Amino acid sequence: MEPVTLQINGATHRLFVAPHRTLLETLREDLGLTGTKHGCELGECGACTVLVDGTPTLSCLTLTVEASGSEIVTIEGIGTVAHPHPLQRAFAEFGAAQCGYCTPGMILTAKALLDHRARPGSDEIGEAIAGNMCRCTGYLPIIRAIAAAAEELP
Amino acid sequence: MRLDPHHGVVGTAAPRIDGLAQATGSLRYVDDLAFPGMLWGKILRSTQAHARVVSVDTRAAEAMPGVRAVLTGEDFPVAFGLLPVSQDEHALAIDKVRHVGEPVAAVAADDPDIAQRAVDAIEVVYEPLPAVTTMEEAAAMADEPIHGEGPRVNRHREVSLEFGDVDAGFDAAYHVREDVLFYQGNNHAALETHGAVGLLTDEGRLHVYSSTQVPHYLHRILAKVLEMPEGAIRVTACPTGGGFGGKTDVFSHELVAAKFALVTGRPTKIVLTREEVFYAHRGRHPVLMWIKTGFTEDGRITAMWLKTYVDGGAYGSYGAASLLYTGQLLPVTYDIPAYRFQGVRFFTNKPACGPKRGHGTPQGRFGLEVHLDKAAEDLALDPVAIRRRNLIEPHSLTVNHLRVTSCGLAECLDRVVDASGFRDRYGEMPPGRGLGLAVGAYLSGAGLPIYFNDMPQSEVMLKVDRGGGVTVYSMAADCGQGSTTMLATVVGEALGLDPTELTVVTADTDLTPIDLGSYSSRVTFMAGNAALEAALRLGDLILTAVADEWEVDPDRVELGRGVVVAGDRQMTWREAVQIAEARWGLLVATGSYKPPKDIKGDYRGAGVGPSPAYSYSACVAEVAVDADTGVVSVEKVWLAHDIGRSINPLMVQGQIEGSVHMALGEVLMEEQAFRGALHDGPSLLDYKIPTVLEMCDVESIIVESVDPEGPFGAKEVGQGPLLPVIPAVVNAVYDAVGVRIDEVPVRPDKVIAALRDRTRGGTGRYGPTSLPDYEFRPPLPVDPPGR
Ligand code: FES
Ligand code: FES
Repeated sequence: MEPVTLQINGATHRLFVAPHRTLLETLREDLGLTGTKHGCELGECGACTVLVDGTPTLSCLTLTVEASGSEIVTIEGIGTVAHPHPLQRAFAEFGAAQCGYCTPGMILTAKALLDHRARPGSDEIGEAIAGNMCRCTGYLPIIRAIAAAAEELP
Repeated sequence: MRLDPHHGVVGTAAPRIDGLAQATGSLRYVDDLAFPGMLWGKILRSTQAHARVVSVDTRAAEAMPGVRAVLTGEDFPVAFGLLPVSQDEHALAIDKVRHVGEPVAAVAADDPDIAQRAVDAIEVVYEPLPAVTTMEEAAAMADEPIHGEGPRVNRHREVSLEFGDVDAGFDAAYHVREDVLFYQGNNHAALETHGAVGLLTDEGRLHVYSSTQVPHYLHRILAKVLEMPEGAIRVTACPTGGGFGGKTDVFSHELVAAKFALVTGRPTKIVLTREEVFYAHRGRHPVLMWIKTGFTEDGRITAMWLKTYVDGGAYGSYGAASLLYTGQLLPVTYDIPAYRFQGVRFFTNKPACGPKRGHGTPQGRFGLEVHLDKAAEDLALDPVAIRRRNLIEPHSLTVNHLRVTSCGLAECLDRVVDASGFRDRYGEMPPGRGLGLAVGAYLSGAGLPIYFNDMPQSEVMLKVDRGGGVTVYSMAADCGQGSTTMLATVVGEALGLDPTELTVVTADTDLTPIDLGSYSSRVTFMAGNAALEAALRLGDLILTAVADEWEVDPDRVELGRGVVVAGDRQMTWREAVQIAEARWGLLVATGSYKPPKDIKGDYRGAGVGPSPAYSYSACVAEVAVDADTGVVSVEKVWLAHDIGRSINPLMVQGQIEGSVHMALGEVLMEEQAFRGALHDGPSLLDYKIPTVLEMCDVESIIVESVDPEGPFGAKEVGQGPLLPVIPAVVNAVYDAVGVRIDEVPVRPDKVIAALRDRTRGGTGRYGPTSLPDYEFRPPLPVDPPGR
């Protein structure tokens, strides 16, 4: 077991983890942050995306020990049902979530994009989310939602 | 009470009522559940395609610290299967394994790593048997058939029907053409893998949470396999991270997790890996088909003969129905005067196929729509004309006795043709670019339940609290299609309430009345009708109580948005509810839905195909084909869908766009393919689904034919829009580069092969040329209706 200190959604967590434990497992199983999803655990689907120091990162391919000392943001960290982030509101409003399983990863990927680009075009949005699979929506409402949220954000 | 939508709830493009829960990650799927003392289960899967299980030695696994229980086939003596006619599965293999990846044994341990190590420590001795991996092999006599005793052919089911005089129709035809086509199998690839948690309640009852789309069927099969009364079991279907039919069967891991809970007394969770999902499968059946049609000189169909050869994999699953669906719905779009339909489903040593979005119909529909385009060319007709000439009439009976009610197919066809500029652009585009057209139809719910009974297929209960809050109870499972929001919208419209103010309790066998499940696009039509009936009854209770209070004629009292009114008198919904509760006691209302009985014929096989209403779609696809690489890019799809009435246009559009996405995957890239009996690539890296970069523009056109029996006139949208996209793309490839790809998916290598063939003076066709050597039994003659 290795001691690690994780900064997640602004809170500090000190814990001991096995060296092979992935960030995905730590988030979901040790810390109960089940908003982060998983569809493959092999880096293929994007459902497990979280932000590590602002960069979209596949938590299934990241060892928890590697993330020690980084700033981690999960879907729980950007808004709640009572106080949603503009992206979360737009995803609901535009029907960008059907089953909702790709949604947390998709929103965090979009957030990283919007943190750097104020008004991305739909091609740029497409490039950004190309690593996030969605089996339900055909991506089109997701692009609309991200574009709409971009309008709303400062 | 008024039956037409007038409260502005139905027809509004409103967000899902659980949209923010999804977007904030707070919606809890089955793998998000955790319980104190929970164990983790893992399943050992067969390495053999076909083998006798000589022994399973679990001693080493059992001895490992942290292992709490090990199960093998002996622990599950009772066979099961979703259809009563196919009770051919065991939760863990007994005696024999029939495909690579079949569950053989299972471990429950304190953590998933221990469980995996213990699974690896189980020793299985197999005695390999010859494996059957192709339909040609399956059609031959086998000494060791996959099921039953040999020697016999590995046939699962056969259908052989003839409606009207097909030979006479061919004799009378001006032109007859035949085609052979193949549709490869594929997987649902829902983003969430399957999972289940079993636990014992404080009262000692078994409670199973699952990602299932069919909690009622899971409930029945748990009771059967575990030999427990249904009353001792509770099933909760969690919100599902995508289903598409992939979670409509009952799976080993659900039964095993439940059994572990019984054996250990501790909650046990099993979640499949992505690789395991490809072995659990139940996806699209590979279908080889032969189709022959006679036409008059102006393109009117005189007779049709369809033969389908269906590769079922190792188990029955829904296959008896899947087989019939490959042919039964073709007459729902076109008036076919005489129709012979023969099909056979084979067993092979591969994961079992089952229902995937469109269940059995995309394959036959692809065959027919491509075949029609070729016939149109033979007859020098355009693709629109040949279809228009044969369209089924609204309110008619098909040759195979299916009852068609509302039908907006002609309008769908006109709308996509106009929107895409098809008339001016088809055949006139620059080299490498093309347009293709196709249509389709689908069920709004299977007309018959899966097990024979006379009870309703959907029931809904409403309960009102004194604050005016309404709770809707229904077993409908939301697999992303939005059934929960649909229920709130239907009840909200009927009662003048905002759907977001309602509480919807779903998919729990202890709490909710029956809904058979989220399959066959049945939920809006059936649960929607049950919800509407319950809401109308509840509304009546409230209106009569208020009428008495006001001493006015009940006919003068109406529901407004959140109010009850009579002339210029008005009170709030909350006040009205309290008056009604004082008058009637507890305010509860129920509604039930059962399809009418007269929607089917009475021949053997007539049970598959009938539906209380059919949705219709038409599609134009625009493609660009790179003649050097063979890569087909779909640039735009126009899709018109007759939904009857759009309960929520935002969600309808979402189903259309999502169907187009799934169809693009099927037509361009997805294959559940095998090297022998080994899956070609059971991962999302190898099994490609379209990313955003492969997605096309979609113009969705909603056509509302207002069905006389649907809730507010609504029909289905979850599956129908997928059907025409696949043949439309294939037809567009021909328009673009002049080669016929009679096989799905249209991979670049096939396009290149066809182009080369044409350069060398061949026909420029890629596709199957032969059929398995299999003799169908003579068709059962069935008189067409009224003839
Ligand atoms: S779970 Fe990490 S990419 Fe799929
Ligand atoms: S909404 Fe279901 S996978 Fe994207």
